[in-house]
Amino acid sequence: MSDTHPIEGHRAEGRDKVTGAAWYAFEHPVPDAVYAYPLQAPIASGRIGAVDTAEALAMPGVITVLWGGVAIPFGTENFELALFERSEVTYRGQLVGAVIADTLENARAAAAAVRVDYAPDEHDVVLRADHPDQFRPEKINPALPTDTGYGDVAAGLAGATVRVAATYTTPVQHNNPMEPHAAIASWDSAGVLTVYDSTQGPTADRDTIAAVLGLDPDQVRVVSPHVGGGFGSKGTTRPHVILAAIAARAVDRPVKVAMTRQQMFALAGHRTPTIQRMELGASADGRLTALAHDVLEHTATRTEFAEQTAACTRVMYGARAMRTTHRLVRLNVPAPSWMRAPGETPGMYALESAMDELAVALGMDPVELRVVNDPSAEPESGLPFSSRNLVACLRAGAERFGWAGRDPRPGVRRRGRWLTGTGVAASTYPARRRPSTATASAVDGGYEVRIAAADIGTGARTALGDIAASVLGVDAARVRVVLGYSALPDAPLAGGSMGTASWGSAVAGACEALLKDGEHGSADTADDVAKDGGWARHSFGAQFAEVLVDPLTGEVRVPRLLGVFAAGHIINPVLARSQFIGGMTMGLSMALFEETAVDATAGGFVRADLAQYHVASCADVPSVEAFWIEEVDPHLWPGGGKGIGEIGITGTAAAIGNAVYHATGHRVRDLPITPAKLLATA
Amino acid sequence: MKQFTFARAGSPADATRQFRNGAAYLGGGTNLVDLMRLGVTAPDHVIDVTGAVSDEITAHDGGLTIGAGVRNSDLSSHPLVRERYPMLARAVLNGASGQIRNAATVGGNLLQRTRCPYFQDVSMPCNKRSPGSGCQATAPGADTANMAVLGHTPFCVATHPSDLAVALTALNARVRVVSQAGVSQARGMAPDGGRWVDMPGLHRLPGGAPDHDTVLRPGELITKVELPPPAGGRQTYRKVRERASFAFALVSIAALLDVGPDGRVRDCRIALGGVAHAPWRALAAERVVLGVPPAAEVFAGAAEAELRYAHPLAGNAYKVTLARNLITTVLEELIP
Repeated sequence: MSDTHPIEGHRAEGRDKVTGAAWYAFEHPVPDAVYAYPLQAPIASGRIGAVDTAEALAMPGVITVLWGGVAIPFGTENFELALFERSEVTYRGQLVGAVIADTLENARAAAAAVRVDYAPDEHDVVLRADHPDQFRPEKINPALPTDTGYGDVAAGLAGATVRVAATYTTPVQHNNPMEPHAAIASWDSAGVLTVYDSTQGPTADRDTIAAVLGLDPDQVRVVSPHVGGGFGSKGTTRPHVILAAIAARAVDRPVKVAMTRQQMFALAGHRTPTIQRMELGASADGRLTALAHDVLEHTATRTEFAEQTAACTRVMYGARAMRTTHRLVRLNVPAPSWMRAPGETPGMYALESAMDELAVALGMDPVELRVVNDPSAEPESGLPFSSRNLVACLRAGAERFGWAGRDPRPGVRRRGRWLTGTGVAASTYPARRRPSTATASAVDGGYEVRIAAADIGTGARTALGDIAASVLGVDAARVRVVLGYSALPDAPLAGGSMGTASWGSAVAGACEALLKDGEHGSADTADDVAKDGGWARHSFGAQFAEVLVDPLTGEVRVPRLLGVFAAGHIINPVLARSQFIGGMTMGLSMALFEETAVDATAGGFVRADLAQYHVASCADVPSVEAFWIEEVDPHLWPGGGKGIGEIGITGTAAAIGNAVYHATGHRVRDLPITPAKLLATA
Repeated sequence: MKQFTFARAGSPADATRQFRNGAAYLGGGTNLVDLMRLGVTAPDHVIDVTGAVSDEITAHDGGLTIGAGVRNSDLSSHPLVRERYPMLARAVLNGASGQIRNAATVGGNLLQRTRCPYFQDVSMPCNKRSPGSGCQATAPGADTANMAVLGHTPFCVATHPSDLAVALTALNARVRVVSQAGVSQARGMAPDGGRWVDMPGLHRLPGGAPDHDTVLRPGELITKVELPPPAGGRQTYRKVRERASFAFALVSIAALLDVGPDGRVRDCRIALGGVAHAPWRALAAERVVLGVPPAAEVFAGAAEAELRYAHPLAGNAYKVTLARNLITTVLEELIP
């Protein structure tokens, strides 16, 4: 496959993708491959008893059945990856075995014939505010303190002129990238494992696979040149990869595993539901005297995952006193994981909804409320902002949207059968980077950049080419970027909106070294990144929504969504716009549609396909516009970008919820905002 | 893998002759193929009937005959359908996506299965899929948001997903079905093995046998749908769903209102989708409206008469409100 860069402003791999030359994980032509089909537990808690494979083994094309009785010891404590190691079932859909056969169809048919006895225990899958088993995790993701605070919140509330106390909830959500998770595993005669995977980070994927299987990292090669979306769900190695690897070893042939869309709901991660209690107090001029954000969320029984939901509150507004807390409940669910802007997405929904409620209670314009509370330094840490242009985003967005003169009264505007309203919310996301390595070489009259980065559909390959070309002072068409293989120089994940900054730092460094050497350059940014302290680095934005609500049917439509973002230097405007409007669309989807139902009795997720788990269709997003304020921030990496993959989704749901309130006078504090909930308020 | 044989039928007689227990008729395949992939159904013989039944729409005696093989997109764009039966065109256009409408047939649309999440997940109990296994949707804490509020039983609370069928139910359509000639003659049917099934009447309420969606007997094949001459007055179809496109109805309504020169309603039809195991003809509501001058309070009384006996489940009381609001507002919009 080629990694050419034919047209300026277009995807480097665009031609390969539209002509079918770009191979995704399952499509690599690996000779003699056979297929594994997973067996999943139909109970949420209990133990596996006898397993009868006789009938399955006698079926056409079946090679073997893997299950706990024939399992391999693993070098990991990761419950979800140590396949079949324990007889314990801790969530519905857990992998308990697999059938390997000559075709996918034969494997699937035989999987239905494997008899597994289960001894079910009682399960608990429902998060509720009064759950008795709440506990305080040691830390929240990625390594933040669980609880923080300063000042006297009780006194701040008591002394406030206006107070808001409200609870906001968000449901289980699933990432649902367009390309389902898939892997092909193949062992060579030297014991080296090649995995064709769909991953957000070939280096981390390699290291995880090696650790789980007790191999050295150089015994594992991950191949993942093209990835059809991830949204966090491909940021960690998923069980199908380990299944493919142990199956391939068991049958001594390459093995292919593709998750179905339905299987992804148990095996590919999800966003925890949240129950968020907000308490705000303000003086008559709108200044926050107290701000408290207390979060409850779920985690799995065997794996702890603590979403950093209130972390955004530590950054946003200059309250005189503040408290943030996180509590978890261990439930019989698969381990929650990253989903686009983990933490900020649910957290900004609650914070920015509560700010709107505060503005209403104060009789103050919600844009102005945010302006008067804009802090001069990061409230929690006291660190100076490397740059902060929330106010500029609010002002520019208000101007473009036509916010001036907005009548704040709720429920009074009509357009035919629709009530109309507008809402605003802020966005934020941290700007961080991680150590990375890269090399650059002069090759055949052009340049080649090598780095184990991942292009998950964002255009990373193209953006890195732009960065290299700018350092080298050449046209981007002369730079070829090779990424997506673990054999390339180690690089961090595409995640946390850190990809471009992390990889770009190394690519720029390698290109600078190449300019000195003339033929070859390499870079390792570990030392530079270690010196990144001292500043609070965040992107900010403002989103404005117009909604229509039919009060008799509860239907909500969003004719207009407009965002203005300040995210440092925008490296490639075409790609950046895609990220912003993609995030905003996903935020709209979260506001109105996305919900994985949890069945308390069956103990698992239902609506596990795209006909039932609704994401926005084109008809739902007639106008989504993104603009940005170019920031020159000397305290960032040399490329000057803050990361744009996630900020677009933060705050969107609040902007829409606030607009629904403005349209109807009803505040739905439980996402998604459905006809059922709006009709219940009527 | 589960092996099945596949054959194309050239005529209704060819199709019904090939039918045997365990066989399935295939139209556009937009539902059957999904169900086969999910393991919900596993026919051993698949008979493609798209070449066996008509794919034409023809006028007859002031009415319209629609071949069972007509694609949904052709139905919704046909000039006579748009002009004389606008609720039908609107209903079809509100269903699925353009690509699916291009493939889906009229006969297949009427016989599509419920999208109940428990029916579609073979790891869950379901009386419709596996009679006697139970109904997970009636267990405490189940996902009932999209379930029925009318006519359901403890055996099944699923809803019928079709938009087309709701409009046909309001339009008093009838469906021609044929079966293997010898068999049906023995049952006293026409010599060609055919019979007419009226709508409403094609789809069943679940009772104690939710595995039977319709009154069709095994092997019976829908060959065409016949619409009576268009009714007077005004008509429409309104579908409520969270997403603006490509989603099944939370509740939908097909409604027609004809007001005579005396100012009294002389014809009223109301059919609801998304509320029951079958398209729900709201006869009690129609009776309230017929013969009186149309007015908001009359429509409110009509909705009340129909929904008085609704039994919402834990998570779908909103459907009763929604059905009530739709009946009243849509009828008001139809007042000339």
